Amino acid sequence: MTDVLIPEGQEGAAADTTTVARVEVRTADGWAAVCDREHLVTGRGVAALLPDGSQIALFLDRSGTVHAIGNRDPFTGAYVLSRGLLGSVDGKPFVASPLLKQRFDLATGRCLDDETVTVPAYATRLR
Amino acid sequence: MPEPRQKPTIVLIGHGMVGQRFLEALADQGVTERSRVVVLCEEPRPAYDRVQLTSYFSGVTPEQLSMTDEAFIAEHGIELYVGDPAESVDRASRTVTARSGQTFTYDTLVLATGSYPFVPPVPGKDSDGCFVYRTIEDLLAIEEYAKGASSGVVVGGGLLGLEAAGALKGLGVDAHIVEFNDRLMAIQVDAGGGAALRRKIEDMGLSVHTGVGGKEITAGPDGRVTGMVLSDGSTIETDMVIFSAGVRPRDQLARACGLDVGERGGIVVDERCRTSDPAVYAVGECAKAVDGMVYGLVAPGYEMAETAAAAIAGTVDAEGFTGADTSTKLKLLGVDVASFGDAHGTAEGCLDVVYADSRAGVYKKLVMAKDGTLLGGVLVGDAEAYGLLRPLTGSVPPADPESLVLPAGVGAPAQLGPSALPDEAVVCSCHNVTKGTIRGAVTEHNCATVPEVKKCTKAGTGCGSCVKVLGQLLGDELAAQGIEVDPGLCGCFGQTRQELYEIVLALRLSSFQQLLDGHGRPEARGGEGCEICKPAVASIIASLAPVIGADGYVLDGEQAALQDTNDHHLANLQRNGSYSIVPRIPGGEITPEKLIVIGEVAKEFGLYTKITGGQRIDLFGARVDQLPVIWARLVDAGFESGHAYGKALRTVKSCVGQTWCRYGVQDSVKMAIDLELRYRGLRAPHKLKSAVSGCQRECAEAQSKDFGVIATANGWNLYVGGNGGATPRHGDLLAQDLSDAELVRLIDRFLMFYIRTADRLERTSVWLERIEGGLDHVRDVVVHDSLGICDELEAMMAEHVAGYRDEWAETLDDPERLRRFVSFVNAPDAPDPSVRFVPERDQTKPDLEILAGPDLPVRTLEGAQS
Ligand code: SRM
Ligand SMILES: Cc1cc2nc3c(=O)[nH]c(=O)nc-3n(C[C@H](O)[C@H](O)[C@H](O)COP(=O)(O)OP(=O)(O)OC[C@H]3O[C@@H](n4cnc5c(N)ncnc54)[C@H](O)[C@@H]3O)c2cc1C
Ligand code: SF4
Ligand code: FES
Repeated sequence: MTDVLIPEGQEGAAADTTTVARVEVRTADGWAAVCDREHLVTGRGVAALLPDGSQIALFLDRSGTVHAIGNRDPFTGAYVLSRGLLGSVDGKPFVASPLLKQRFDLATGRCLDDETVTVPAYATRLR
Repeated sequence: MPEPRQKPTIVLIGHGMVGQRFLEALADQGVTERSRVVVLCEEPRPAYDRVQLTSYFSGVTPEQLSMTDEAFIAEHGIELYVGDPAESVDRASRTVTARSGQTFTYDTLVLATGSYPFVPPVPGKDSDGCFVYRTIEDLLAIEEYAKGASSGVVVGGGLLGLEAAGALKGLGVDAHIVEFNDRLMAIQVDAGGGAALRRKIEDMGLSVHTGVGGKEITAGPDGRVTGMVLSDGSTIETDMVIFSAGVRPRDQLARACGLDVGERGGIVVDERCRTSDPAVYAVGECAKAVDGMVYGLVAPGYEMAETAAAAIAGTVDAEGFTGADTSTKLKLLGVDVASFGDAHGTAEGCLDVVYADSRAGVYKKLVMAKDGTLLGGVLVGDAEAYGLLRPLTGSVPPADPESLVLPAGVGAPAQLGPSALPDEAVVCSCHNVTKGTIRGAVTEHNCATVPEVKKCTKAGTGCGSCVKVLGQLLGDELAAQGIEVDPGLCGCFGQTRQELYEIVLALRLSSFQQLLDGHGRPEARGGEGCEICKPAVASIIASLAPVIGADGYVLDGEQAALQDTNDHHLANLQRNGSYSIVPRIPGGEITPEKLIVIGEVAKEFGLYTKITGGQRIDLFGARVDQLPVIWARLVDAGFESGHAYGKALRTVKSCVGQTWCRYGVQDSVKMAIDLELRYRGLRAPHKLKSAVSGCQRECAEAQSKDFGVIATANGWNLYVGGNGGATPRHGDLLAQDLSDAELVRLIDRFLMFYIRTADRLERTSVWLERIEGGLDHVRDVVVHDSLGICDELEAMMAEHVAGYRDEWAETLDDPERLRRFVSFVNAPDAPDPSVRFVPERDQTKPDLEILAGPDLPVRTLEGAQS
């Protein structure tokens, strides 16, 4: 049987770099460290858990900026926004839901295709 | 016994093309609601498209030829008696008696009995192996007889004779055409056109004998045809004879009941299509119109049908039927022949403009009046301009006559588009649809595609020769309305997918960012792209990977960021965020051992298991972090990715074929497996499906596939452009009786040409309808190599085949890649709590209640923070 390489935790990956940039997200309880920037792929998203157990979607755009919004797709209820495609209109980055393709502005969480819908947006910083 | 009568009764005798059109017109006029309508149909099937009869030999079934919609007949309460011809009419008692003995009393009688083929009185004409060419039954008999024949003679070199000869050739029979006149299609073309046509026909491998007639048909002791003696004393050895020496109106019934008929036949009618008895109408090929003509074409018949229906409804249209155009375009595969208007230049003082290239077999003649009015013309070898010239007939064309017949590229090309046509110009002569009506379909009925215009106006649904002009008119009209048809792919790129493909290929660009920053719309440069262009460019890069030096692995480097979520996880996202898994099962063939592995994996991971419509097995409900573990098991057992997630080759379905099935004539399973293995992993503008059937019974449904293959006794027939889905389409026959190698080569070319020129998310079916020149153009390119690109297309496919690697095996080998298969970046071992299942019929289904809540119950996970 082929060996399966289950992804390892953060420690190993972080240990062999000296200047690790860490992604932090602001929550009601202050800044929470989430992961290392090198775990993000430019132009894509990942899902992460906040300390309170809620799910966020993190994206790294080509300028190096990290964006964070809630991971729940309000149109379907599924926790999948992190798996959508990152794009931009008029210089503003958005993610298109992988299920029914509605777009959400990454800075505000506002849905670009239905202005009555918004997902939470979080401030981020690199440390 | 006459039946009780309340409503007035209309009896229609003859359910052919014109009869059916008459019924539709009656319904449109609301007459069917207030009358009883009885139809006596002689043939064993209701009305079908006789004009397209010959297409039966290229795979169109009798069912597809049918023009009769059962729902229509039922909805309008029409009594249709199939296989029950009228035998007599008694005008005094106004009754019609059918062969079954039924008698119907009519208030109005309509004769639409069509024509019968004229069989010259040559000795031996009743031998076994003599046929006419008029009905589906005739064709079935010809097809059957041709199986034991090697040579055939067609008597008559007119339009139908040529079609029949082409059909014989298609059946693998050596075809001879015997024509009494000094040239082929004497009615339509002049001597020059006839000569060019003869050259073209002979180039196709048919033998032409003009200026001679058949004197006698010889038969063997078994009564079967052995040869034909010609009027010049020579003999053609032949096994069968098809008479196509013209048609005669079927006016027997009318004669017998004392209606006026013409000297040379045809039921005499007035401009309302009424016969000498005002209660009796005659329409179509059996009628002799007020201009003294018996029309042997369908368009005038349709006009008569409309006229008669209007007269019966009492809504009489102003003019009635006084005469019609006799333009024709030959549908024979491979030769372009058209004639229209005054093709022979009979008008006084008219001038000819002729262009002839005898080497290329091209002959074009326009007949012009002194004042420059276009009166008619003949086009042989290149009838491109037919769609445009015919509607211009009767007006002064907005360009020099010379420029209208010169081949494109010689001299100053005529800037003559359909926009030059007046609104009254008849663009579709089969259905008498004017340019104005077509414009109206766009402006008033909001038609935005050719199929919509066809449906709305009926234009283009007859012989099809006007479809190209329809497309041009539609484009013009949309543009004129300011419906800015920005051809650009999306907000980021002003180019079409095809243009981007060419840019990527020419510049060997393998980076999306470079493409966007260098070639995107100014406002989009430097941006992220969008959900439309990213996957489209990803697909182009993947299709061209070996050629442009990109990695063929779709998750390599930047390519990973471009892929749609399904390709990114090499699985299909489900509604609750879980994934489905579809291993490749080439041709649908699977060993019990492999089946057991699938069962074990499904059981172990609790996956919902279903046989798909594509002859394979789908396992649903895997969490993203389970995908690698599951795939490791599958890859280990010899499975590969089935690309159910990609715009790529899906399945090649197969039937059991010759190996097991008593009807099979080739090994369809082996071919399906070979094709699936050859094209697996090929990324395309949309998904690609295929199937191989072992015989014409078509158990694998190959004609509904992007490329479908059906076995014949001599090899394989290749169909392209089939589609299931919301807008199903039967595939078109691209080529016949191919060897294994020819088949594969043609598919290689076809697929690569499609990938090169199709739009984003454009299935082959839509592409084939959209691409200029349609099927004929695609056939020219991939069969006849008219663009000289086939070597390149084949080489590209060869590189694809050589470079194929299984995406899942490759992913499992790369720890970096596997890192993305986690539910949470900061808690790789934590499963996503929102992906839950509830029981359903012994298996599971997504728990949607969880998703309906405002948010998940808060719970802290170990190791969530780093
Ligand atoms: C699983 C399956 C249904 C089943 O239970 O049988 C299926 C399931 C889906 N089909 Fe299908 N189709 C399945 C056979 C078909 C067939 C029948 C066939 O292939 O013989 C058709 C009609 C044939 C055709 O494509 O021409 C079919 C026509 C579609 C279409 C419409 C395509 C069109 O041109 O109109 C879509 C939508 C699309 O692709 O844009 C679609 C899309 C889908 C998607 C991918 C929708 C989506 O984006 O989530 C479904 C996801 C499956 C999954 O998550 O695994 N599916 N789908 C079948 C998988 C076959 C396989 O083994 O790969
Ligand atoms: C191979 C072929 C190719 C053709 N190509 C073209 C083309 O490209 N363009 C074009 O314009 N035209 C073409 N035509 C001609 C076109 O098909 C006819 O003009 C058209 O079918 C005439 O329609 P109709 O209804 O008058 O006659 P038909 O379609 O012949 O219908 C008459 C029907 O009446 C039935 N009938 C006869 N007597 C009785 C009775 N006593 N009781 C009950 N039923 C009866 C017959 O069985 C028949 O089904 C082609 C014809 C053929 C055979
Ligand atoms: S298509 Fe023909 S060979 Fe294949 S299973 Fe059906 S009947 Fe048999
Ligand atoms: S001209 Fe025959 S379909 Fe339009």
